[in-house]
Amino acid sequence: MTGVDWPHRWAHVSKILTRPGPFAHPDFEACPEMMDFLHDDCKLLIIGAGGLGCELLKDLALLGFRNMDVIDMDTIDLSNLNRQFLFRKKDIGKPKADVAAEYINSRIPGCKVIPHFTKIQDFDSSFYRQFHIVVCGLDSIIARRWINGMLVSLLKYNDDNTVDQSSIIPMVDGGTEGFKGNARVILPGVSACVECTLELYPPQVNFPMCTIAHTPRLPEHCIEYVKVLLWPQEKPFGEGVELDGDDPAHIKWVYDKASERASQYGISGVTYRLTQGVVKRIIPAVASTNAVIAAACATEVFKLATSCCQVLNNYVNFNDTEGIYTYTFEAEKKDNCAACSQIPQHLTFSEDDKLQDVVDHLKESAIYQLKSPGIITTIDGKNKTLFMSTVKCIEDATKSNLKKSLKELGLENGQEIYVADPTTPNSLLFRLQLASKMDD
Amino acid sequence: MIKLFSLKQQKKDGTDGGSKSGPAHKKASAAQLRITKDINELSLPKTCQVEFPDPDDLLSFKLIISPDEGFYKGGHFVFSFKVGQGYPHEPPKVKCETMVYHPNIDLEGNICLNILREDWKPVLTINSIVYGLQYLFLEPNPEDPLNKEAAEVLQNNRRLFEQNVAKAMRGGYIGSTYFERCLK
Ligand SMILES: [Zn+2]
Repeated sequence: MTGVDWPHRWAHVSKILTRPGPFAHPDFEACPEMMDFLHDDCKLLIIGAGGLGCELLKDLALLGFRNMDVIDMDTIDLSNLNRQFLFRKKDIGKPKADVAAEYINSRIPGCKVIPHFTKIQDFDSSFYRQFHIVVCGLDSIIARRWINGMLVSLLKYNDDNTVDQSSIIPMVDGGTEGFKGNARVILPGVSACVECTLELYPPQVNFPMCTIAHTPRLPEHCIEYVKVLLWPQEKPFGEGVELDGDDPAHIKWVYDKASERASQYGISGVTYRLTQGVVKRIIPAVASTNAVIAAACATEVFKLATSCCQVLNNYVNFNDTEGIYTYTFEAEKKDNCAACSQIPQHLTFSEDDKLQDVVDHLKESAIYQLKSPGIITTIDGKNKTLFMSTVKCIEDATKSNLKKSLKELGLENGQEIYVADPTTPNSLLFRLQLASKMDD
Repeated sequence: MIKLFSLKQQKKDGTDGGSKSGPAHKKASAAQLRITKDINELSLPKTCQVEFPDPDDLLSFKLIISPDEGFYKGGHFVFSFKVGQGYPHEPPKVKCETMVYHPNIDLEGNICLNILREDWKPVLTINSIVYGLQYLFLEPNPEDPLNKEAAEVLQNNRRLFEQNVAKAMRGGYIGSTYFERCLK
């Protein structure tokens, strides 16, 4: 026990960790060291310090997790304060991650939360690799897909193409929408990932263009009209200025114009709040739903970290619109998932070999037999189309690459290239193993 | 269940595994991978052609439709496609860059095509949109008008509509709106 603890501080948790119980996982070894692992070694990453994030940080800290990093790119807004309880009025305008970390660290002795006021995309694999478990409380599908792709890319594979279990960083993901929510556990490479189940996420509501243009019936139609049609036409804040949902002047303009339109069509219900909601696609947040979903996520993190109990397999829906309803099911991993079914295959070439040699190999090799491979890669974080023959103008622009050596193209040893081909349902991922002449 | 951490291997190497696991290459995004597949498998009708201003940026391109039958035969219509990182969860943003006298395309280039908005699904591809747009030129639909005047003319007087389309494509005024020539 470290100096910050007082007698029986962790009595509630140690009841679970220091003795086996009838519901414990068969592999669970009850031992006091598990507590030290939680306190000293286990490193968590919490993505999002908003409604779910505040709950998650509090829950996890009270379960005994101490080494946590939290990332959030947002600052605190007045409208957050009703449910994001780590923030006070004096904190408005400050980064959510900073304030949340400071609050937890001062309130829960021993906690060492490190804040990152930045986008998740600003870190690379060396950052994400240091964590045992990643927990997400996000409202953006793009961010979820990004972190999912990152965790999948950290997987290592054994020679028999099975996942090297020590490379798995589990992702526990919570999401809420009003009185509905869900929690899921993703073991990248093993169970269904975000990309496997993309259709489970509710689609964006898009009204038909002709409805918003000519036959509006709802206040939302009037706001969408201003957002989609009027803004690009009238350019009220100048050429090329995109509508910014966080700029009160922008929202005010949209609100005024939408109100005008609503009165023309005898539609009521356009308010400033609704305008902001439609423009920013805000999903109403309910504090209790956040609390329930965060608790479910924190419990799964605890189970994953300690093996004290079977983890959720692997998706639970929660709904308390009328009464309380939960439903647990196993989301299925897709064999042709663009993210997690891509086991990188090795291609060995010499750095003086030409791209044409790679294309020939992919077409002629008995294992691949590709028909018209389109090949892309990323160099210094930028996408590069190496070759594609199916679209005339891309073929014209890239066919000179065929005669270049892999070295001339800037491809390095370990470089990942992605190959799309009509013969495969998803693109293939290859890792180049390049030998220089000297090595031969 | 997988036992993820035995107490023996509990310390994570805080710093990069560096040399062992290779350099920290940036990965192509899921949207990027999906659009690469879509583009590599484009099978365009003979009236359509695509252009990529920057072949390294597959997320931004133009589609040119040159109908060979119907009202718009001989015209040349340019559409810009912008594919976001939300693709294919979200549809690409498509605009018509050529001024066209058409019931489902307004003078700002907005398009009323269901699969671009309310009926978009992640299983749809760029090819689906190309066919949808091509169909708009073969069968303009006065039921879902964006350009109301054009839709009314089409509904009430097909001959006049045909003449208006021809006039607009040659370059000229329909009412008070000037259309630039878009014949090849
Ligand atoms: Zn997957």
